Amino acid sequence: MFQVRIHGRGGQGVVTAAELLAVAAFNEGRHAQAFPSFGSERTGAPVVSYCRIAEQEIRTRAPVEAPDALVVQDATLLHQVDLFSGVGPDGYVLVNTSHTFEELGIADFVSKFRADRLLTVPATEIALRLLGRPLPNAVLLGGFAAMTGAVSIDAVVAAIGQRFSGAVAERNADGAREAARVVEQERSERAATD
Amino acid sequence: MTHDPVRFYQVGSFAAGNRLLDQGQRTEQSRRGRSNSLTSGHRACQGCGEALGARYALDAAMRATDGRLVAANATGCLEVFSTPYPETSWQIPWLHSLFGNAPAVATGMAAALEVKGRTDVRVVAQAGDGGTVDIGFGCLSGMFERNDDVLFICYDNEAYMNTGVQRSGATPPAARTATTEAVGPEPGNEFGQGKDLPRIAIAHGIPYVATATVAELHDLERKVERAMSIRGARYLHVLVPCPLGWASASSDTIRLARLACESGLFPLFEAENGEVVDVTKIRRQVPVEDYLKLQGRYRHLFGDPGRPDLVRQIQKVADRNIERFGLVATGAEQEVR
Amino acid sequence: MLRQIEGSRAVAEAVGLCRPEVVCAYPISPQTHIIEAVGVLVKSGRLHPCKFVNVESEFAAMSVSIGASAMGARAYTATASQGLLFMTEAVYNAAGLGLPIVMTVANRAIGAPINIWNDHSDAMSVRDAGWVQLFAETNQDAVDLHIQAFRLAEELSLPVMVCMDGFVLTHAFERVELPDQEAVDAFLPPFEPRQVLDPDNPVSIGAMVGPEAFTEVRYLAHARQLQALARIPELAEEFEAGFGRAAGGLVTTYRTEGAETVVVALGSVLGTLKDAADSMWDAGVPVGVVGVTTFRPFPAAAVARAVSAARRVVVVEKAFSIGAHGILAGDVTLALSGLDIRVDAVVAGLGGRPISEASCRGLLEEAAAGSLPALSFLDLDTHLVARELERMVAQRRSGPVAENLLRDIGSVSGSGLAVARPGSQKGAR
Repeated sequence: MFQVRIHGRGGQGVVTAAELLAVAAFNEGRHAQAFPSFGSERTGAPVVSYCRIAEQEIRTRAPVEAPDALVVQDATLLHQVDLFSGVGPDGYVLVNTSHTFEELGIADFVSKFRADRLLTVPATEIALRLLGRPLPNAVLLGGFAAMTGAVSIDAVVAAIGQRFSGAVAERNADGAREAARVVEQERSERAATD
Repeated sequence: MTHDPVRFYQVGSFAAGNRLLDQGQRTEQSRRGRSNSLTSGHRACQGCGEALGARYALDAAMRATDGRLVAANATGCLEVFSTPYPETSWQIPWLHSLFGNAPAVATGMAAALEVKGRTDVRVVAQAGDGGTVDIGFGCLSGMFERNDDVLFICYDNEAYMNTGVQRSGATPPAARTATTEAVGPEPGNEFGQGKDLPRIAIAHGIPYVATATVAELHDLERKVERAMSIRGARYLHVLVPCPLGWASASSDTIRLARLACESGLFPLFEAENGEVVDVTKIRRQVPVEDYLKLQGRYRHLFGDPGRPDLVRQIQKVADRNIERFGLVATGAEQEVR
Repeated sequence: MLRQIEGSRAVAEAVGLCRPEVVCAYPISPQTHIIEAVGVLVKSGRLHPCKFVNVESEFAAMSVSIGASAMGARAYTATASQGLLFMTEAVYNAAGLGLPIVMTVANRAIGAPINIWNDHSDAMSVRDAGWVQLFAETNQDAVDLHIQAFRLAEELSLPVMVCMDGFVLTHAFERVELPDQEAVDAFLPPFEPRQVLDPDNPVSIGAMVGPEAFTEVRYLAHARQLQALARIPELAEEFEAGFGRAAGGLVTTYRTEGAETVVVALGSVLGTLKDAADSMWDAGVPVGVVGVTTFRPFPAAAVARAVSAARRVVVVEKAFSIGAHGILAGDVTLALSGLDIRVDAVVAGLGGRPISEASCRGLLEEAAAGSLPALSFLDLDTHLVARELERMVAQRRSGPVAENLLRDIGSVSGSGLAVARPGSQKGAR
C-alpha cells in the first residue's frame, strides 16, 4: 500500500488533489481511498487530505500516520504545521515553490531526506501561467506521478479529464505534464550532482 | 297601503337569516347535504367555538373542492376531542402527527400530491393558537415562505386550553390564564405587542390571508371558498371563543366572537400577495367593556375597585386596530350603505 | 457501474435509483453532500418525478416526510447529530405511525461541546424510537443498504435509518459499484402503502390512544421489528442473488473461527479492526471480528452464534451511556447471557478522535491477554483529565471544562490534523 498526505490551504484544492490521485489509481485498475482531514476546509486554513493506493481492497479507515509521500501545496505551511510528521528517510516529498530549500530556510532540516526524493515544482507559477488562477493541485500531481511512479502521468491526465472539462481540463493536463518534466529534469540534475 | 318593512337582521346579531336568502346564497351549513367533515358525537365542551369553526371551515372547503380534501391536524383540543381511539369524528382523510409540525406535515402531503399529479385533492392544515403562533411557528413560516399549496387554518382561542388554560403568544393583555394569574399589581397577561399572526402572514407575501370569526358564518365560508380558489400558501385566522378558558357562558360564544369584532379588538380583513384588499367595517361600534365584561378571564378588571386603567389600555389596543385597518366607516361610506 | 466516487455521492446515486417521490433537505455536516447531490438529480430531471423540498429545520424535514409518506409517497431525508436530535419528536412519531420513511444518518457527535466529527452518539440517542437501524461498514455497504432499506421499510411499514460514519465514509472517495436502474427496479417494487390518506376512503391516522390499547400498539411495533429480524437476512440473500454481491443481513463475521477473542463493532471502524486482527493472527494470536449491521432490531441470537466459540468479547463502540456503560456492549452482554463469555467495552473514536491501527492493535493485544477493564476509553489522555479534576478541587469557579482542556492542550479545537500532531496547530484557526 502506498500512502500519501497532501498539505495545503483551504481553496487550493487539497481535497480535490487527493480525489484526483485516487481516480488516477482507479483508472489503472487499482484500489484507492481518498479522504480529507475533516472540517477545516475554510479558505486559507491549513487543510490535509490523504490518499491510499493498493493492489487489494483498502479496509483501514485510520488517518495516514506514516506517509510514503508528502505533497506540500503551500510552502508557507512549512513553518506553521508539522508537515513532515511520520515521513521516513525514504519518503517522497514534493513542495510547491519557486524557491530553493535554502531560501525557504529548511535546508538543514530536509538534508535527512534522499535528495532524489525531495523535489520542488513551481506549480502555482505554472498554474497562473496556464490557468490564470493560482490552483496548483492538479499541476502538482503530474510532478507527483513523475517523482514516485505510484501512478502514471497518463492516469493523472485521464483523472483530470474526468473531473474537469474543456479548456480547464486541457490546461490542467498541460500543467501536470509540465510539472512532470520539471521533476524529471530536477531529478536528473540531482543524480548528476550526487 | 301600509306595510311592515322586512327585518333582515336578527335582533342584536345583524346577521341575515338563511331563510330570507336565495338558495344559492345560503350557507353551506344550512345545506342538508353538507359534508359534516367534523361530525356529531365528538367530545368538545358545550359552546366550543373551535368545534364550530372547524366544521364551518372544513365543510366550506369540502364544498369548494368537491369533497377532495385531506387534513393535517396539530395536537390540541380539536385533535383530542375529535379522536379518542377507536372513535373519530372526522369524515375526511385526517392525520395528526405532532403539536408543532402540522404546517410541515401538510407540506409533505401537498408535495406527495404534486408528484403524483393529483391536482384534484387539496390540503388543509389546522391548529389552535399555540400550534400556530408558538410551537408551530417555525414550520408555518417555512411553509409560507416556500408558498406550499396548503390552506392553514388557525382556530384562535387565545390560550392553551387543552392543557388547562395557559398563556400562549396569542393571549391578549390582562387576560387571566393559569400561568398569568389575576394576582399582584399587574394581574393577568402582560401588555406587550402580542404576536399578530395574520399580519406576520401578510409579511410573507403569500397569496391569501384572512381573518374570520364563528359569528360571521357567511363571511367565514366565503373566505374559505376564496382561499380554496387560490393555489399556494394561504392562511385563515379564525377567532373561536372558548367558554372554559374565557370563563364565559356557553351560550355567549357567538355573541363574544361578534363583540370582539364590533369592539375593534379582532379586525376582519383579507389580504392578497402582501396587501390588505378588504376590511369589514364595524357596523355598530361598542366599547371594549361590552366584550370584556362577559368573560371571567377579565373579571379582575371590573367591580370595586377594578382596574379602569387597564380597561383603558385595552381600549387603546382596539382604537389602534380601528385606525390601522379603517374599521369604522366614515360618514360618506355610511351614506352609501 | 464501478466508480471511484465520494461516499455521499454514491449514496445520493443509490437513493436516486430507489426513486423517492419526496425528498427533504436541510443542511448539516457531514450529511450535506448527500442531500446536495440528490438535489442535483432532481433539478436536472434525472430523478423524476420527485419533489425536493428545502425545509427550514430537521424537525420540518421529518414532518414533511411524515405527511408525504402518509399521502402514499416514497419519502427520504438525511441528517446527522444535532439535526437528528432536533427532529427526534418526529422521528418517534414516524415510527409510531408506522410510516416507511428512509433516512440516512451521517453519524456525528452531539454537543456540547460542539463537534462536527464522527461518532455514534446521534444514532444511539434514538435507538429506542422504533426505527430499524442499519450500519454501513463501507460506502459500498451504504449504497447497498439504502436499496434494501426502502424495500424493508415498505414491506413492513416501518421507518429505516441507514447509518454511515460521517466524514470517514461520507467524505471518503473510493470505489463503489453502483447498480443499474433495472436491477434496482427489479428488487424494489413501487410503494404500496399499508395506510394512506385518500378522499375516496377517508381514514383518521394519529388518533389519541389511551391506556386501554397503548400497550398493544407498542407491542405490535415490537412485533414488526421482530418480523424485520427475520426478513432482513432473506432480503440480503435476495439482494445477493440480484446484484451479485453480499450486503446487509444481521451480522458479519471475519476470521472468528478458532478465535478466542472476538471484537464486535458497528460501522467503518470494522475495516481498521480487520487489519488489526490480521496482524494479530500473523503474530499467532487468533482474533475474530464481528460487525453488527443491523443494530435495531438487535440480532441477539445472531450475535450469540457469531461469538459463541470465543472466550472473550471486546465491544468497540463510538458512543456510550454516560454514567452507565457501553451501549452496544450492553446489548451484546444480554445476548450472551448464560454463556461463559466475558464482555468488555472500549469506547473509541468519540468526536472524530482517529482510531489508529496501532491503537486497535494495542487494544486487541490487551483484550487477548484478558487485561482490559470492563469499560475503558481508547487513547484517553488521562493527564489532561487529571489536570481538570485537580482544578475543580482547587477552585470553585474553575470555569468551563471544554475551554480549560483546550487551553491545557495549547490548541484550539481542531482539524483532523490530530494525526499530524495537534500541538503544532497553534493559530490554525
